[in-house]
Amino acid sequence: MKFVKKISMLAAFAGASVLLMSCQIQNSKPDIPATVSDSGVHTFMLDNGMKILVQPDHRSPVAVSQVWYKVGGSYEYAGITGVSHALEHMMFKGTKNLKPGEFSEIIAANGGSENAFTGKDYTAYFQRISSDRLELCLKHEADRMRNLQLDEAEFKKEIEVIKEERRTRTDDNPTSLTYERFNAAAFINSSYQQPIIGWMNDLDNMQLKDLSQWYATWYAPNNATLVVAGDVDPQQVYTWAKKYFGVLKPSVIEAPKPREEVEQMGERRISLKAPAKVPYLLMGYKVPVLNNADDASEIYALEVLAGVLDGGNSSRLSQQLIRKSEIATSVSAGYDPYARQQTLFLFDGAPRDGHTVKELEQAIKKQIVNIQNNLPSKDELDRVKAQVMASSVYEKDSVFYQAMQLGTLETVGLGWQKKDEYLKKIQQVTARQVQAVAKKYLQDDRLTVAVLEPQANDENKRSEYKSAGGRHAQ
Amino acid sequence: MLNNVFKTIVKTMSLVVLLAMLVTSVSASPEIQHWKTSKGAKVYFVPSNDIPMVDLRIVFDAGSARDEKIPGTALMTNGLLAEGAAGKGAQVLAEKFEAVGAQFGNGALKDMAWLSLRSLRDDQYLQPALKNLQNILIKPDFPKIAFQRELERLKFSVKAKKQSPDAIASDRFFAEMYGDHPYASPGTGTEESLQKLNLQHLKSFYKKYYVASNAVVSIVGQLTKAEAENLVNDLLAGLPAGNPAAELPEVMALQQAKTIYIDFPSAQSTVMMGQVGIARGDEDYFTLYLANHAFGGSGFGSRLMHEVREKRGLAYSTYSYFSPMRQAGPFQIGLQTRNDQVDEAMKIIRAELDKYVAEGPGEDELQDSLKNITGGFPLRIDSNKKITEYLSVIGFYDLPLDYLNTFVANINKQTRVKVNDALKRRIEPKKMLTVIVGTNKS
Repeated sequence: MKFVKKISMLAAFAGASVLLMSCQIQNSKPDIPATVSDSGVHTFMLDNGMKILVQPDHRSPVAVSQVWYKVGGSYEYAGITGVSHALEHMMFKGTKNLKPGEFSEIIAANGGSENAFTGKDYTAYFQRISSDRLELCLKHEADRMRNLQLDEAEFKKEIEVIKEERRTRTDDNPTSLTYERFNAAAFINSSYQQPIIGWMNDLDNMQLKDLSQWYATWYAPNNATLVVAGDVDPQQVYTWAKKYFGVLKPSVIEAPKPREEVEQMGERRISLKAPAKVPYLLMGYKVPVLNNADDASEIYALEVLAGVLDGGNSSRLSQQLIRKSEIATSVSAGYDPYARQQTLFLFDGAPRDGHTVKELEQAIKKQIVNIQNNLPSKDELDRVKAQVMASSVYEKDSVFYQAMQLGTLETVGLGWQKKDEYLKKIQQVTARQVQAVAKKYLQDDRLTVAVLEPQANDENKRSEYKSAGGRHAQ
Repeated sequence: MLNNVFKTIVKTMSLVVLLAMLVTSVSASPEIQHWKTSKGAKVYFVPSNDIPMVDLRIVFDAGSARDEKIPGTALMTNGLLAEGAAGKGAQVLAEKFEAVGAQFGNGALKDMAWLSLRSLRDDQYLQPALKNLQNILIKPDFPKIAFQRELERLKFSVKAKKQSPDAIASDRFFAEMYGDHPYASPGTGTEESLQKLNLQHLKSFYKKYYVASNAVVSIVGQLTKAEAENLVNDLLAGLPAGNPAAELPEVMALQQAKTIYIDFPSAQSTVMMGQVGIARGDEDYFTLYLANHAFGGSGFGSRLMHEVREKRGLAYSTYSYFSPMRQAGPFQIGLQTRNDQVDEAMKIIRAELDKYVAEGPGEDELQDSLKNITGGFPLRIDSNKKITEYLSVIGFYDLPLDYLNTFVANINKQTRVKVNDALKRRIEPKKMLTVIVGTNKS
């Protein structure tokens, strides 16, 4: 019975690190699949540098098409936060060949569903559709990759829609607001301090030319990956991709500045006072990710550590903090090993009535100390590994999820092949390695804490909350 | 929260609709095998051999509509099942699933309460998971400590709902629309109702409703029919036949329009507008499904989205839907917009609804919706998970076994005349309930 919504720990994949970009895998001859992996992923490369990944799955007569761009919130700099997401919205507003909304209409008329998402490290556009209509998707995705028409009147309306989205998702949601401020506090110079949707003030001052520059900089075939999964013939997909995307000119893409996070050197702590009814705690320790790890085995050990702490209802946090000490009404831990840059090993939760956030924080730290001092048991590790193994089977039930994994890994610069390694690498993790990464990384000097302090709904104070919540001038 | 519940239901419903028209994918619809156990549990099975796994879902007519005097009873009863069974505590029960990589789930909506299991097919994983599930289903202990703990956690979530404009609006919307009907109260219960709840309530509720003749079992996976039969017989052995839950009372339609403002310190106002809609099996179901699709059910293609978002930039999301339930579920329209724009946004919605009910969709709009619904049918059943959920809906609401196979045909039978007629008969724009949560100066 998890009543409290977990914060989204996804979010942090992104563009290509310079290093990995330069060693792109196979530059195969045109018309020949570069590889077919054991897991059945077909890879192709167009002459203009665009990568094509195809995962056939013939269970149902459907397909998913996803076009991934190496750009997202973490590519942005101060003053234009939210521009990747704003551009994503405008990508539905017409091209030289289609009216605003017409792409969506075409997909709908063909029984498809479509949307897009922007993360820290990627922007992706997708359609789910009957597999005999796939060509349409590729045709129009290629069109908007290079032929977008950014119209001032459309933008003026859409930026208001985006602000409404921000109000719904963040400003009127106390836990989301806490998470936003927590990130801003945790990262000193890394772009992970910025919200993907953008600060309200940046949205208020965003201009169409910010978007057109962004589009010109990042939207090019050599900065994109097409992922197709479902009831398709890989060679046919390649033929269509070549026909529609192959004719697009590549750009000179400069990798974003690294903005590597400085060493933290001591705990950071914020509180957030907002109209709310229940308290909320967020804790995050700076940890490496697969993209920048000196030792990749540490990353998989951190994954197993997250599993031991919160890999299911039998894991330690639920057992100890919810059922045994009954300090927490909810508590969770998580980690995204596929972020493009250094990220956070996160804990969040809420104390039960009669307990304080401080007690919850202490209880979480007690669990950390415990695992630093004592090896996790064989049963615990076996359970984590059994769940990972089973999940690798279950995920085959979702074509969309499979495509998501390939697109993410490719777009953050790790290469989609990491998907196939994951299970094996997790199986290799030892109890000693789990303990070692807990000792090395879950240290106070790497920690940021944010606490939501609920404020009563006080009429006199309301205007203050409003400004804190980022309501813009009307 | 509740809102999500209903969105899920709507999704399932639309799934069902799409089958008939697809010329290209003949094999799209699964062949459903159906039987009853000796004690009266209804079983729905679809073999699926591509992935070595099994999905299982057991649904009881034991949702919050059965709460009677104490809202929260159904949810707590369902939630306590895995907190202690056959002498094993929550920790051991969780370990037993997780050690074999099985995923257990449970929950309660207004109509249904459910337990689900996803497991690898190999017997070394499947059998221990089933054994554990059987204990949870047949021999729950309802431990006192677990009851106290989960009750506290539920109270917490009831408190947390009060910081969510969406939850506040939704609870009030249902309370006003359903009055004395069991659908009126929130499944989470209220601060007052949870004070009254005790273990005996849960045990009685379990005994009355968690019985074979009140159960629907859905299975999709790498099994033969014989294997599925054995699996169900083993799993339900020990579950008494009992009696099906009694009929729920019919829902009375709203007699007049009503508008409620709830003051709340948010940047946006959350609006929910609606009236009593339709029950599962209603003869206008397909007609209204299609009618709503073009109005507010299809996202970007819909009139509401066009008028409110695309034309005027007033909201990120705006929608409408029918939630058909055992008895009439709501027809609901909603949006969120900046506080100072809420009057304008509501005016637009009301005008659009008036116009739509008076004139109906244009022929081209209707054709667009038909094409989207029928062409997209295969997407609704493209995974074992989705098929399992459909089986539950078909079984629980006694829909015909060929519901999926005939869905597209049923949609294609609709015409503009039928749609216009149904809209006029079933929606009364002058009798809408409206709930607004936000900061309103007027």
